Amino acid sequence: MKEIMKIDGLSTVFFTDEGKVRAVDDISFRVREGETVCIVGESGCGKSVTAMSIMGLVEEPGGKVSGGSIDFLGEDLLRLDKNSLRAIRGHEIAMIFQEPMSSLNPVIKIGEQIMEPLIVHQKMKKKAARQRAVELISQVGISRAEQIADSYPHELSGGMLQRIMIAIAISCSPKLLIADEPTTALDVTIQAQILDMLREFKESSGMSMMLITHDLGVVAEMADYVIVMYSGKIVEEGEVVQLFQNPKHPYTRGLLKSKPVMGQRQDELYSIPGQVPNPLELASSCYFHDRCEHCMPVCRTRHPGLKEVGGGQKAACWLYEEAEVHV
Amino acid sequence: MAADSKLTKLQRPQAKLQKSSLFRQSLRKLMHNKLAVSGFGVVVFMFVLCFIGPFFSPYTDNKINMAMMNKAPNLTHWLGTDALGRDILTRVMQAGRISLTVGLASMVLSVLLGALLGAIAGYYRGLADQIIMRVADLLMTIPGLPLLFIFGALLSEWKIPTDYRMYIVMLMLSIVNWPGLARMVRGQMLSLREREFMQAAVVLGLRDRRKLFGHLLPNIVPLLIVMATLNIGGAILSESVLSFFGLGVMPPTPTWGNMIDAANNMIDFQDHPWLWIPPGLSIFATVIAINIFGDGLRDVLDPKQKR
Amino acid sequence: MSEALLEVNHLKKYFPVTQGLLGRTVGHVKAVDDISIRLEPGETFGLVGESGSGKSTVGRTILRLTEKTDGEVKFKGVDIHSLSPSEMRLLRPRMQLIFQDPYSALNPRVRVGDAIGEALLDHGLCPKSEVRGLVLEALEACGLSSYHIDRFPHEFSGGQRQRIGIARALILNPDLIIADEPVSALDVSIQAQIINLFSRLQQSKGLTYLFISHDLSVVEHLCTRIGVMYLGSMVETAARDELFRQPLHPYTKALLSAVPVPIPKLKRERIVLKGDIPSPANPPSGCKFHTRCPFAVDVCAAEIPVFRDAGGGHFVACHLA
Repeated sequence: MKEIMKIDGLSTVFFTDEGKVRAVDDISFRVREGETVCIVGESGCGKSVTAMSIMGLVEEPGGKVSGGSIDFLGEDLLRLDKNSLRAIRGHEIAMIFQEPMSSLNPVIKIGEQIMEPLIVHQKMKKKAARQRAVELISQVGISRAEQIADSYPHELSGGMLQRIMIAIAISCSPKLLIADEPTTALDVTIQAQILDMLREFKESSGMSMMLITHDLGVVAEMADYVIVMYSGKIVEEGEVVQLFQNPKHPYTRGLLKSKPVMGQRQDELYSIPGQVPNPLELASSCYFHDRCEHCMPVCRTRHPGLKEVGGGQKAACWLYEEAEVHV
Repeated sequence: MAADSKLTKLQRPQAKLQKSSLFRQSLRKLMHNKLAVSGFGVVVFMFVLCFIGPFFSPYTDNKINMAMMNKAPNLTHWLGTDALGRDILTRVMQAGRISLTVGLASMVLSVLLGALLGAIAGYYRGLADQIIMRVADLLMTIPGLPLLFIFGALLSEWKIPTDYRMYIVMLMLSIVNWPGLARMVRGQMLSLREREFMQAAVVLGLRDRRKLFGHLLPNIVPLLIVMATLNIGGAILSESVLSFFGLGVMPPTPTWGNMIDAANNMIDFQDHPWLWIPPGLSIFATVIAINIFGDGLRDVLDPKQKR
Repeated sequence: MSEALLEVNHLKKYFPVTQGLLGRTVGHVKAVDDISIRLEPGETFGLVGESGSGKSTVGRTILRLTEKTDGEVKFKGVDIHSLSPSEMRLLRPRMQLIFQDPYSALNPRVRVGDAIGEALLDHGLCPKSEVRGLVLEALEACGLSSYHIDRFPHEFSGGQRQRIGIARALILNPDLIIADEPVSALDVSIQAQIINLFSRLQQSKGLTYLFISHDLSVVEHLCTRIGVMYLGSMVETAARDELFRQPLHPYTKALLSAVPVPIPKLKRERIVLKGDIPSPANPPSGCKFHTRCPFAVDVCAAEIPVFRDAGGGHFVACHLA
């Protein structure tokens, strides 16, 4: 399959009062055509920052993309000038966010907000854009499309707004859709609707999707390929069935075990002890070592690299490099 | 939890040493703000100059010396002399004492009034709130400066002894300033009441006294400190304006405002700039420094910035 | 039957909807509309529902953080909504609340030790000299360390803050703890820690929980009995295993089938509900669920279904079940 996007050695830093935070630290992955890549991790692991970096939303002086390349269909997004980047953003790469309410302008009618990218990117005439907007609204499963187009964001529920966001995102038939926790703020029954819809769109249009979430259930439902992040690094990646059935990294294993699963009640949940390290105090060790039950001396001193561990799966863990270390 | 306890053991020795203190954390943050620190430096310098400076001056008696009228700055009179032959530097320092005292005292008074009334209005709401806030609204609908002018004119009309005028000016400034503060404190109180930790206090069954003094006030103090600081600058300015118009503190008691008034004609303005530049510069430097420092404090203390 | 610890009978809580300058009441949001719950000592009752179902309002009305509109709340046989404010204050330590957002439930300017110990002092439950010892004990029980006592909330992570909130409730030795979405603001790995803390504390202290959550997998893990709410009404109550094995109400079925399960390529029969949750200010007639119910028939729109025993303490409000 053709590669849509290839990210190599991406690093993003933020500057805070207390010091420099490496929010994303040297990560590489690719997204193929028609594929759904899920980035999963806990808060602060850098999954959202990855998306922001791709979209060029990390701005100085708060932070900056400090290294690497983001190759999108042969063009490095990090080296593009503002105008060409704007042409790609919203047109070929679209993004939806966790809070639909805050990404929509509260004083502009829904319909006009959908029309805007159509007029800007596709040079549509106003009337045609309006027609297309109404089409899009009904396409995302909202009845009374005409009426909704003339209403303001605050008149709609969270689930409806997220549908509108999706309508805006798909309006220019993007090649890649980045969805950052698109259903986290929604109720489960609404989440199910939205996920179903996203999947259908992906299948019918052949676009690729990069889905960022903390919910392993959502990952299992949506992903083709999974990337697990921890403290700004990729700790494990692999094809979804493989990764869920045979997780290699102790963090992935812990994460999978500690989530209560419906229909599989245990008396005590497995829990990963301790907490995520302070991003300001990351040493050269494996960042997971003080929470890991397999911690070895080498884990405290050096950070493991991401290595192939079989079945197309990769993990960054010294457990799988033992041989090398002892030589 | 094995790894957890291991972790805590590692951290313990260091952790024991530093008992965390919000004051120290804020101070450390403030020290990072170079501008605020220099503002604070200027304020301290002005205070030291005005309150300790005169002890080193040979001219504190302010004797009228016709031989030394309107002399330009020279070696014996560093900033020159005024129309009555008095040393300008000494008078600037003495005036500073009055101006700074008026600023500080009226700030304390208006903060006390404003905080107390605002807290009562915000915490008890109902009738007390209605009465206090309507009075505050009334005071705020009248522009401050004209109100002060009227007060000042009345004082002159009633022939209040000049010694008392300084205290009455403080009182006047507080009366004009408290409504703004009270409003701020009340608003803060109302929003704090709705915060979840106040609901937690209800669930815990805490007494009103503890809710007020243990939970609400500590959250208002930072705001008060910031407001109070910025208020000093405003008070100094208002006092200067009043005194400049001869409605505040009256000569011979010097203040920065009435010193500038002494140069209130074209001849003195053009030919004797040492008469008005030193007090003018003092007002300017003090007020700017206080405001810069206050802004720095706000950045550090404002709970909205707190994570 | 033994005496219930908590008995909620036909509880109603309506919030007035006002309009215009004069604040004329034009209607009511029926946040809680005739809810009955009975909690035996030592059990964990899970209250499940989506946003707008009124589950949090139930918790808050039981604790009298808001006044009820109708019905009664009996705690150990005492109707707490008839107590005077001072009597209520004395009863407060017996029933505690854990908040969803541990960030906002702690006063940022109060040291953790003071936050945990102050209620003991204020109620005179123990001499001043012993407070510190008890606070340390509570911290320890909740998996925190003694040196945390003098710190401020902002120096802690989300999970630790939730532990502080639990310690603050625990130190009063309450009979009932109402936990309002206590883990939904936490990360998965931290969630597991807190869930385990809840069950460990229950075993060691014999606590009774009213556990309010939207997450069915968490509720299944912790609760012995579960009630499902929709738009202010209880649609189904049953023992845990019974509810998960044989849900009777279509809403419960849909809810169960909508929860994503972390097993890839799992083929499940899913009931995807149509549309959005209606506004509680203007709930549908008859059965409130009929607008989204895939099985709705004519009677559903016309008549309010009775909440009845379908056998073995499995209650359901549906015309078809």
